[in-house]
Amino acid sequence: MSASRTPSADAPLIDIRLPSLPGSSGGFRLTRWLCGIGERINEGDVIAEIAGEASTFEIESPSDGVLVQQLVSAGTAALAAGVLLGALSARPRDISAPSPAIAPMAEPAAHGETPVPRAGTRNASMREALRSALADEMRREPLVFVIGEEVGEYDGANKVTQGLLAEFGPTRVVDTPITEHAFAGLAVGAALAGMRPVVEFMTFNFALQAMDHIMNSAAKARYISGGQLSCPIVFRGPNGGAPRVGAQHTHDFAAMFANIPGLLVVAPATASDAAGLLRSAIRNDNPVMFLEHELLYGESGELPDDPEHLVPIGQARIARAGNDVTLVAYSITVSHALNAAAQLAGEGISAEVIDLRSLRPLDVPTVLASVRRTGRCVTIEEGWPQSGIGAEIAAQVVEHAFGALKAPVLRVAAAEVPMPYAARLEALAQVSATQVIEAVRKVLASQG
Amino acid sequence: MKPDGQGKVGFTPEQARAAYRTMLLVRRFEEKVAQMYGLGLIGGYCHLYIGQEAIIAGVAAHFNEGDQMITGYRDHAHALACGVDPRRILAELAGRRNGLGKGKGGSMHLFAPQRGFFGGHGIVGAQVSLGTGLAFAMQNQNKNGVVMCFFGDGAANQGQVYECFNMAQLWRLPILYIIENNRYAMGTPVMRASAVTDFSRRGTAFDVPGARVDGMDVASVHAATGAALAAIRAGGGPRILEMQTYRYRGHSMADPAKYRSAEEVQKMRETQDPIDQLRDSLLQGGHISESELKAIEIQVRARISEAAEYAAHQPEPDAAELATDVLA
Repeated sequence: MSASRTPSADAPLIDIRLPSLPGSSGGFRLTRWLCGIGERINEGDVIAEIAGEASTFEIESPSDGVLVQQLVSAGTAALAAGVLLGALSARPRDISAPSPAIAPMAEPAAHGETPVPRAGTRNASMREALRSALADEMRREPLVFVIGEEVGEYDGANKVTQGLLAEFGPTRVVDTPITEHAFAGLAVGAALAGMRPVVEFMTFNFALQAMDHIMNSAAKARYISGGQLSCPIVFRGPNGGAPRVGAQHTHDFAAMFANIPGLLVVAPATASDAAGLLRSAIRNDNPVMFLEHELLYGESGELPDDPEHLVPIGQARIARAGNDVTLVAYSITVSHALNAAAQLAGEGISAEVIDLRSLRPLDVPTVLASVRRTGRCVTIEEGWPQSGIGAEIAAQVVEHAFGALKAPVLRVAAAEVPMPYAARLEALAQVSATQVIEAVRKVLASQG
Repeated sequence: MKPDGQGKVGFTPEQARAAYRTMLLVRRFEEKVAQMYGLGLIGGYCHLYIGQEAIIAGVAAHFNEGDQMITGYRDHAHALACGVDPRRILAELAGRRNGLGKGKGGSMHLFAPQRGFFGGHGIVGAQVSLGTGLAFAMQNQNKNGVVMCFFGDGAANQGQVYECFNMAQLWRLPILYIIENNRYAMGTPVMRASAVTDFSRRGTAFDVPGARVDGMDVASVHAATGAALAAIRAGGGPRILEMQTYRYRGHSMADPAKYRSAEEVQKMRETQDPIDQLRDSLLQGGHISESELKAIEIQVRARISEAAEYAAHQPEPDAAELATDVLA
């Protein structure tokens, strides 16, 4: 798992680390930064100065990009090789306008201004929101238990289950061996017997090992038993991309799971929705695929304190109102859409952003109502385009709102390649706010 | 061990007679299924249990209130042994409205959770993980009971089986793994598919004790199952029983079974048939008379014929049933 840091909203982060340098038993001191946050830099540019006991070294930029994080301030001493100094946001392609992603990144979240929460709410990260909803549900219903790798003693690979073992004990926070196929099947069996398991996949990439039990056992049990069996189970974990983890750890499974009758699929974009949807998922009597995002775990937002704060499954949310074009997104791509909308607003273009929240069932009426007003639609997903969520949205719009369309529906999706490791190639493969803006310009240019 | 009919511990003449009834019910049921399949009343995949009856009869004799059972797609006998009405099973096989699963599951997907029977699973080996989960739920909720989890020599080569042996032993789950070794995984004989053909040793790496049992001899099955279950019920964790058996029919109705000789099948039927063995033993011990045997035969045949009539005359499911039971 990669470190959880506040991500750039539309581009992968590239780590700047202290390299292995010769001769300094007491570590190194960062003497000064040579470029500021938001500054554009090219590969090889000197960005910081490091001092050892006897000599000084220059840190060069590993890539083209924009400096978005300084995690170590000037003057910090005793730094060891490998320590994370800061991060660059990759520049997927040259754009003349400044990237909309830069502004919110100018100050790291830890030092950012914390908005005053409204009454009955608090500011919480998505990680905390998930943890608190999970704990609430475990307190409410003794049949709920968490099972997966490292969920207990280790406090969760992504720290979502932190502290649950201490409160609920090992019979309700169950550490498993690395055995996805069987522990998923075991959990489905326990659900068929009346329990309400919450299965954590360390990442959804590992759920492929368990796909048979998700699709053949969980999703079909009710139907093939003529309604005699019920399978109330939640499969949750991070889905989608994280920086530089490569092809086998970067995959958005939303479209695959959303293709399967008998499953419910949700993918929250905010802390509040994460908590509300997780409670709904745990209380639901169907198998629910709960797709989190590694880059959103640290993102903070307003979280209602109410342990009965529920977000209904199957209901989209208008994340930003607008009139000229409808942007349809989910999970982390909602932030790409919002960033694009913010920049387009500066050009006088009013984009509406729909956060789907649920991918099965899809809230088609909300999408259609919006597209009937705007006449234009762009979909954004981290997954591949063929047979994807965007393809489904496009089909629904064409079937039900064809007459309202002023331009073809466009899809912004991942390049159709396994995710490359190299930062430059990775940036080219991923979706970004820039691509959303380009797509919006295209649909606006089209005068259908 | 052979059934001596002399009140061997755990297998009284009364139990032997009950086992005989169960075995005969299963055999006549499966023969009727074959007949109905031939008439086109049953379609798709359909796997018969003929030849393996001693296993279900000997195991199910120990199936108590609170126990649970799960198996693969060769599941008719298991549903019957759990007390499911043969009419509802045949109606399901015929795809009719009053089938056990409203006609939506078919031969491979029989379920009767109210009777502790959890299917009926079509993916080879899946029932091992699911069954281990049933046992996990039992233990987690402090319920008394054991899970009887059946799978074949073919499923025994699936990876998830060993993932389950590991967790079941790690957590001392109350589960009996019953490997029905009928010598062929579809068309592949055990010798060509398994590096180690002694399936009772398949739990060795996880310290799960196992035993090899003559699965054609119901008394042996009964005794071995009783011993294994006693250990499990006492909190000893999982056990494995390899039941050495033989299926007379092809893998499924679609399988002409050309991978073995007619002589091989004939020899098994003549020398080791589980029903014949038990009948001879009961007769020799004086625990049953020819007329009683005849009466049982007539009763069983009547019950099956009536069930077949019922199934054939049930209506097909309403079109409205297509979209029900997908979600809660």
